[in-house]
Amino acid sequence: MGYIIETRGITKRFGGLTAVDNVSMGVNAGEVVAILGDNGAGKSTLIKMISGVHKPDEGTILLDGKPMKLESPMDALANGIETIYQDLALAENLNVSSNIFLGREKTKRSLGMFNVLDHEYMQQESRSVLDRLEIEIPSLKNTIRTLSGGQRQAVAISRSIYWQAKVLIMDEPTAALGIAEQKKVLDLVKSLKTQGIGIIIISHQMYDVFEVADRIIVMRRGQNVATRLVSETTPDEIVGLIVGSETVKR
Amino acid sequence: MNTLVAQRKRNTLGTIGRNWVLVFLVLEFGYFAILTRGFASLNIVQMILFYGTEVFLLATAELFVIITGGIDLSVGYVLGFATVISSKLMVVFASRGLSPLGAIVTSILITLCVGLIPGFVNGVLVAKLRVPPFIATFSMLGVCQGVSELLMQGIPAKNLPPLAGTIGNGHFLYIVPGSGISFMQRPDVARGVRVIEIIPNAVVFALVFIAIFAFILTKTRFGQHIYAIGGNIDAASRAGIDVKKHIIGVYMISSFFASLAGIIYVMKYITGKADAGAASLLDAIAAVVIGGASMFGGSGTVWRTILGCLVIATLETGLRMRGTPTFDKYILVGVILIFTVVIERFFPDFKR
Repeated sequence: MGYIIETRGITKRFGGLTAVDNVSMGVNAGEVVAILGDNGAGKSTLIKMISGVHKPDEGTILLDGKPMKLESPMDALANGIETIYQDLALAENLNVSSNIFLGREKTKRSLGMFNVLDHEYMQQESRSVLDRLEIEIPSLKNTIRTLSGGQRQAVAISRSIYWQAKVLIMDEPTAALGIAEQKKVLDLVKSLKTQGIGIIIISHQMYDVFEVADRIIVMRRGQNVATRLVSETTPDEIVGLIVGSETVKR
Repeated sequence: MNTLVAQRKRNTLGTIGRNWVLVFLVLEFGYFAILTRGFASLNIVQMILFYGTEVFLLATAELFVIITGGIDLSVGYVLGFATVISSKLMVVFASRGLSPLGAIVTSILITLCVGLIPGFVNGVLVAKLRVPPFIATFSMLGVCQGVSELLMQGIPAKNLPPLAGTIGNGHFLYIVPGSGISFMQRPDVARGVRVIEIIPNAVVFALVFIAIFAFILTKTRFGQHIYAIGGNIDAASRAGIDVKKHIIGVYMISSFFASLAGIIYVMKYITGKADAGAASLLDAIAAVVIGGASMFGGSGTVWRTILGCLVIATLETGLRMRGTPTFDKYILVGVILIFTVVIERFFPDFKR
């Protein structure tokens, strides 16, 4: 199938606890895959392995069909795997463009010897990525503190997109947002899909999942217990799979 | 139409609000200028700057640490430690036959290097061993005080090269009306001839370093990363910023500035003692807060911190000239400090 990102039998143990147990899954380019499961089902541990935070004890992760070792989150970033955590990881005291370029600031030579921040360039680039995603933010000089939850989510997404994400992992992207903002974020996810990015979403909001996802992976006790195409399943079936009352047909 | 007027009014208010420290400073200076004859003069302004030099440097030191969300309580005694080291070295080098200038320059360079050690240790304690900054730097305060006292054995350094005092109390520019100007060197004139002195050397020296580090803070990636760390340390590290390295760097900058302040102290007062900077620590922290930095990190600028220093320095000089006892200053600094925090609590928009 040519997955853009794939895991083959990855396992992660913390002491005696097997958090993720022999999970194989994959995401195609331009596909949204939702990972569902109850608390403690191993969703977070799974995405943390893909984003380089944890190293799998067993199994391999393949990017574009090639196995790779992720030693740190920076490795994942360098390979185009961007993660948007639930807390968004934005510096609220800095402005929009500073956040988009955080840690990867563009500098220019000044007076022939100093590397100084090139704010003008960063502002322009930020504006163009926000425009591309049709995100409206009044001024890029505003600090993140002054933005709404949805705008913050949009900034976090723009940051990933600007840095050429191939795979975007989103942890609870719509939690803590108002209804209108949830819709905007979901629209944003759909537009990213058309740009050929592979997206993994963790969410508890069944409605959101059915709205944007193409495929659903249900995890229970660290295992991938079911994979369903959204077009061929119902929320009831998924809930049943999550809590374990539905018999699993593989 | 009405909203436009209202908006303009709000903008004007906002501008005043954002720069209230500057407004306050002007009012404060005006108050003393009206009450005290001769206060509004070049000499007094230079005096305010001259006596404020150490606090300018310590406050800049403190600002870097406070931006990352930490605090450095050791700067006052690192200053003292630096006065002890540099004065002792100057005496030793001069007595070993080094030229006065050679002895002074060598001592300064060695002191600046040694002065990085407390900051490095603070940084490692905070960044790597996760000791709370308050505890780490408070311990360093004690260590520096103790080591300085041990080195002094109760006797202040004596017989420093007189050149030290000449430089430390000299001015950058001298103007003899009608006959010419001279840089750094006091012109040889008959007694009674008026010489206009412009900008004390100590102030020039301090401002050069403050300007360099203000540039680093606002224009470089290092500066940007410090703000990011103060704003959201997790975001900074997830964005690939080496947080530990930056924190160690910040504490080293802090003790570098404290050492600079110590060297200036020696050159000004031609002596060194362990508690030389003890009183300046609180002034420095107060100046940073009056300058609008948040103790939780992520905000603050060098320019505003210097304004904060000037508020305190003007107050001190003003009260001294009026013959008021110094404890009035402590009360007033305390009141201004509370005033600052309250203003920012009620008008959060006033923050940058």
